[in-house]
Amino acid sequence: MIYQEPMASLNPAMKIGQQLMEVPLIHDNVSKGEAWRRALEMVEAVRLPDPERMMRSYPHQLSGGQQQRIVIAMALLSKPALLLLDEPTTALDVTVEAGIVELVKGLGKKYGTSMIFVSHNLGLILETCDRVTVMYSGEAVETGRVEDVFDRMRHPYTQGLFRSIPLPGADKNERPLIAIPGQLPLPHERPKGCNFGPRCQHFKEGLCDAGEVPMLPIEGHERHHSRCLRFDEIDWNALPEGALADKQPIEPGKPMLRIENLKKYYHVAANSIFGGGDTKTVKANEQISFEARESETVAIVGESGCGKSTLAKVLLGLETATDGEVVLANEPIQSTAVEDRDTGTVAGIQMVFQNPFDTLNPSHSVGSQIVRTLEKFNVGKTLADRRQRMLELLDLVKLPRAFAERMPRQLSGGQKQRIGVARAFAGNAKVVVADEPVSALDVSVQAAVTELLMDIQRKNKTTMLFISHDLSVVRYLADRVVVMYLGHIVEQGTTDQIFAPPYHPYTEALLSAIPIADTSVRKKHIVLEGDIPSAMNPPSGCPFQTRCRYKDQVPGGKCEREVPPLKDLGDGHFSLCWLDDDVLKSMEPVISFDAPRKTGKPARRQGKAKAASQKPKAKGEIRPIAGGRKPVRASAAGLSAVPGSSSPKRVQAEAGGGRQAASTRVKPATAKIGKDAKPARMRKPKQPDDLKLISGVGPKLEARLNDLGVYTFAQIAAWKKAERDWVDDHLSFKGHIERDDWVKQAKALARGGVEEYMRVFGKKPR
Amino acid sequence: MASPRFSYCDEPAEPYYGGILQGDFGCSTKFKVPVAEKLFPALGATGILMFWVMVVMVPVALLIGVLAGMREGTRTDRTLSVASIATTATPEYVSGVIFAVIFASWLGWLNGSAATATRQGISFYNFTLPVMTMAIYGIGYIARMTRASMVEVMTQQYIRTARLKGLGFRAVVIKHALRNALIAPFTVIMLQFPWLLTGVVIVEVMFRYQGFGFTLVEAASNNDIDLLLGCSLVSVFVVLSTQLISDVGYAYLNPRIRVQ
Amino acid sequence: MQVETLGTFGIIFGVLARFWPVWIALAVILFFSLRFRERIGLYGQLFETGVGVAGVLICFFWLFTALFAATVAPFDPLAQFPIMKNVLPGAIEPESGQAFLFGGDRLARDVFSRMVYGSQIVLIIAPAATLFALMVGTTLGLPAGYYGGRIDSFLSFLANLVLAFPVILLFYLLVTPGIRETPIPQWMAGVFFIFPIVFFVTLFWTRYRSRPQLLAIQLAVTLLVGGWAYLGLVFDADPLGIISISSNQLNIFVAVVFASSPGVFRIVRGLVMDIKTRDYVAAAQTRGETPWYIMLWEVLPNARGPLIVDVCLRIGYTTILLGTLGYFGLGLAPESPDWGTGIKESSRLLRAYVHPALPPVFALMSFVLGLNLLADALREQSLKD
Ligand SMILES: Nc1ncnc2c1ncn2[C@@H]1O[C@H](COP(=O)(O)OP(=O)(O)OP(=O)(O)O)[C@@H](O)[C@H]1O
Ligand code: SF4
Ligand code: SF4
Ligand SMILES: [Mg+2]
Repeated sequence: MIYQEPMASLNPAMKIGQQLMEVPLIHDNVSKGEAWRRALEMVEAVRLPDPERMMRSYPHQLSGGQQQRIVIAMALLSKPALLLLDEPTTALDVTVEAGIVELVKGLGKKYGTSMIFVSHNLGLILETCDRVTVMYSGEAVETGRVEDVFDRMRHPYTQGLFRSIPLPGADKNERPLIAIPGQLPLPHERPKGCNFGPRCQHFKEGLCDAGEVPMLPIEGHERHHSRCLRFDEIDWNALPEGALADKQPIEPGKPMLRIENLKKYYHVAANSIFGGGDTKTVKANEQISFEARESETVAIVGESGCGKSTLAKVLLGLETATDGEVVLANEPIQSTAVEDRDTGTVAGIQMVFQNPFDTLNPSHSVGSQIVRTLEKFNVGKTLADRRQRMLELLDLVKLPRAFAERMPRQLSGGQKQRIGVARAFAGNAKVVVADEPVSALDVSVQAAVTELLMDIQRKNKTTMLFISHDLSVVRYLADRVVVMYLGHIVEQGTTDQIFAPPYHPYTEALLSAIPIADTSVRKKHIVLEGDIPSAMNPPSGCPFQTRCRYKDQVPGGKCEREVPPLKDLGDGHFSLCWLDDDVLKSMEPVISFDAPRKTGKPARRQGKAKAASQKPKAKGEIRPIAGGRKPVRASAAGLSAVPGSSSPKRVQAEAGGGRQAASTRVKPATAKIGKDAKPARMRKPKQPDDLKLISGVGPKLEARLNDLGVYTFAQIAAWKKAERDWVDDHLSFKGHIERDDWVKQAKALARGGVEEYMRVFGKKPR
Repeated sequence: MASPRFSYCDEPAEPYYGGILQGDFGCSTKFKVPVAEKLFPALGATGILMFWVMVVMVPVALLIGVLAGMREGTRTDRTLSVASIATTATPEYVSGVIFAVIFASWLGWLNGSAATATRQGISFYNFTLPVMTMAIYGIGYIARMTRASMVEVMTQQYIRTARLKGLGFRAVVIKHALRNALIAPFTVIMLQFPWLLTGVVIVEVMFRYQGFGFTLVEAASNNDIDLLLGCSLVSVFVVLSTQLISDVGYAYLNPRIRVQ
Repeated sequence: MQVETLGTFGIIFGVLARFWPVWIALAVILFFSLRFRERIGLYGQLFETGVGVAGVLICFFWLFTALFAATVAPFDPLAQFPIMKNVLPGAIEPESGQAFLFGGDRLARDVFSRMVYGSQIVLIIAPAATLFALMVGTTLGLPAGYYGGRIDSFLSFLANLVLAFPVILLFYLLVTPGIRETPIPQWMAGVFFIFPIVFFVTLFWTRYRSRPQLLAIQLAVTLLVGGWAYLGLVFDADPLGIISISSNQLNIFVAVVFASSPGVFRIVRGLVMDIKTRDYVAAAQTRGETPWYIMLWEVLPNARGPLIVDVCLRIGYTTILLGTLGYFGLGLAPESPDWGTGIKESSRLLRAYVHPALPPVFALMSFVLGLNLLADALREQSLKD
């Protein structure tokens, strides 16, 4: 079994070697020398540098990634037939995570071990597993092959999960995330019948709440089961009401916040026991410069310890800058600590915090905390005024007014985070800094809070600095992106510039490391060697030089000697790198769609479809929940691996299928950007087919397809991946899943009309 | 005043406290000898007492703590916990009286006074009561600390890892839990010294054992300023040095600190 | 002259009967506590475990005994009845016909009554001194933990100094005549007693500065009550003549506060260092709150759990300290009925008479035990949340 926190799994007072040796000593009764030899072998097998030294170290002398490798080695030493990995990478950084995932896959193949991989990260599961079991509220609700569950899910909860995570197809203006309403029921108050009933939009009285729902096999799919009574009645492609939004892309206004050459150094005592003496300098921020405009969302991404939170602290005045300039609406604030700022400035820049369980003071009621904030910001004259305003703020974050009297412990994580949002916007902040505001929440709640945050931002024309390590979320909601590494900004530009080549080498690795839960995405696989250097002891020259794979393409070893200049790539796209234009030009996209010859960039912002409808209202979350992150586990997706031999087989199959292959390290993506995979047009035939028969196509879409010259089932049936992507790009409906299905439906309809359709799909077309 | 202050020991006429640095503590008015002459034998006597107290107290306390904390919530745990709470509620002057009543007055097994120990050497008969009295109070406190720290360690993941490796419960406790669990109580034991000194005073007075505490009380109640100052200095010195030892020992026990 | 005595059964029954007001009060409290268990928060949860119930009952028992001492005790604790010198438990005093339930002591006083009145002394001084120590320790511990740096180093150094000094020596120094005659104790009292006033003034000032009317009322009340108590306690110059304290008691009080403040200081400092890393503290900072507001209104309320536990333990510890003082005859008058003095008096004659020693011994033990059990149960319960 391998746990989430590697540090906690190792005995802090025992050397690594001893801990490893124990295993063969107990299991196989071997001699000490033999045990040492086996342990050493295993340390090598998990690809740790300098195994001898590792064996003689204490756990705290290793980094998190190395510790996790040791834990894996320890588990493998007893030659298990089944290995259970409980969120083995959650505590690690993405680039380190990528290395561990690769290792685990490789080892599984090498030793023929079956693995159960418990995770809430759907993308990770897609990358590692063959079969998946989705759990909800103490039950498995759906189980099957990864491809089936991801592309042809047959349980509303699974679908809800996929709709609430930002896949490359999502867009904040046109296809916002859809949260699952409500909350996970507490174990002792599960409903009668289907556990998911109260949150399910397909809930049918008398059927779903009648009694225990069994696991039902799904015909036509291989070993695919779902715990839903209505899965063959549900139209799996229909969007819930209001899923498509039509919001104008925001027009960024005048510059609101300007940061110029900001530096923040910490001086720490080198020797903490005796204090005093010489101090070391931690360069938490170096040469930070960027600008944020009104109603713009600027994302700051980077791994742990790269200085994101430090930057936020300087902006808010919790720390003062060592050097440089921060200008908020024409007022320099870099060296004014928050106590010395005037009320307007203080109210003008506010923050949403990461940890929902920490963001509210557990000793004061929710209402009184907001009122106090209003009081500090001089909003309202009397107590009654402020109370009124407080209630309005509760309305704004879509919480019932009765919550004013509640204590924070009676609120769920998502609700607390909403209060945090209300507090940040209480004084009409001009700039809101959100430091990983949703990373500690359940997946299904994340979507609701993200949407709320952006809604309010849109309404108030606030500038938002969104700090995150999750590039999927960033791609979904940011207008501009700033990538940080070891205190430096290594790349900045608009979201499109960042997510398309030319990349900074670090951004490229980061992009390739994020797991994406989309079977049609193919990624270039770049695994960085080593760990992030300590900020206390940064490398000379380029901050990224210890792990960069392009280093040898820069002549004269400049990377190791000099900090590179901020290279201007045009249109406000900057990159901190010595690489010259040729190399940059030859870079290929990291993420591309599953198309053999040509494909578009992921569907983003080009979409122009105007399906007028309302944004989904994320209601619910009324029930207070006591637990912390624990319940997430129950709802997390798990996977069951079948006998040992399955792993290697699967990897091959995958490689053939064109997703990242585990065996090849860097697999050049063959895809080139092709803009013109338009579906073939034709003139309007005399008798156009009724495209509305395809579920997922309504009158509006039919008209639009007709505009494109698409009139018959046969045409749609002939669509290949490229065309589907083109449609994706240009119509921006749902996600690829649907278009896939369209083609299948159209094929059936073209072949044999309604009868054939009914034979294949077991139901009438609309 | 050209003549010495006291006739029984030679001393400069003016009180001169700088002498302390050279080991000269001045003169005792009560015992009519130089302070050092009185103080150091007394310290030696107390040292013997402390030694025996430690020998009894530390192993018993650790054993109780580990046994109770090993399996939280069991009957053993509950019983031992309540027992250790009870002993913390029993200061020396209370347990001393009770023990004296039981063992000396009623049963007559032990000697209710340790006065003989000073002259005739220690024996089981005259020394058990003071040692027992002092140890009891400390046992409860240290045992509770050990238990808390043991309970915490036992819930750690590396204990689970160790069990998953296939180690037996005893081996897990002895090889993995014990060392980590003893780090916290170690500092506690060392920080106990100021308290133990109070205990020493009470016990020595109660059982008439002529050690450091006895001397201190004699000095204080007879207004023997030089002796009192000497006592204060010695005790502060002792306490500070134990704290230093505790810091160093802590660093030794805890590899996380040692390496940095 | 021979006195009549009661049998064992008579003694037990007599003792139980004498405590009748205490039993009634306990029954009432118990009834209401169990009745409204759900609604009284942490206190209610105490009744879920045996340890908690035992702790609460023992503490209340002594509290009520102290309150109803005049009714419970049959005799004046200082009254001597020469005929009853060293009598065994159960002897009946001929004049009043009342029994000396636990016998008589060396000076022919009723041991039972002395034990009952002793509880009064303990239950006034121990909690009061602990509360003052709490105020002092908190007021100093908050800035030390919050600001860190130099303030912290300085205050922590002072605290460690006091902690390293053996308590018993401290007491000897504080109550030796040489020091007692100097104004030092009074100065120290002056310093210690100003802390609560400062504490409450800052407390209200930081929170209600923007609401002047409310603030004015609060400050006026604090200053009036605080100033009145201050005059009475420190200068023994209460204009109304209600509060007064003898210089001996003041000394003890000061000594106890002095000895236990550093402990509180350390706990508060540790808690603050932990709590100040929470996001809600950062949130308060980002809205421009003053440091003292944050310390008093954001940090302190969340430290209350461990502090309550500590106060319980500390009252027990103070009780033991008071006993020590009594045992060495420091500060308290030699005829005072407190438990420590009682133990000292009787332990001298242990070989001859055992009975006068036992009641104060068991009283002290049970009270401290009760407090410890209470603290233990509170800790368990607050960990559960
Ligand atoms: N008060 C401080 N004193 C010394 N060093 C500090 C201090 N605060 C932060 N640092 C160091 O500065 C660096 C940047 O820290 P920061 O908290 O900004 O990282 P981050 O990007 O927010 O990481 P995460 O993603 O884990 O939140 C780290 O190496 C950290 O150890
Ligand atoms: S059984 Fe009913 S309530 Fe449950 S998931 Fe299926 S449709 Fe929804
Ligand atoms: S400057 Fe050199 S080391 Fe740094 S990112 Fe560019 S190529 Fe890599
Ligand atoms: Mg951070």
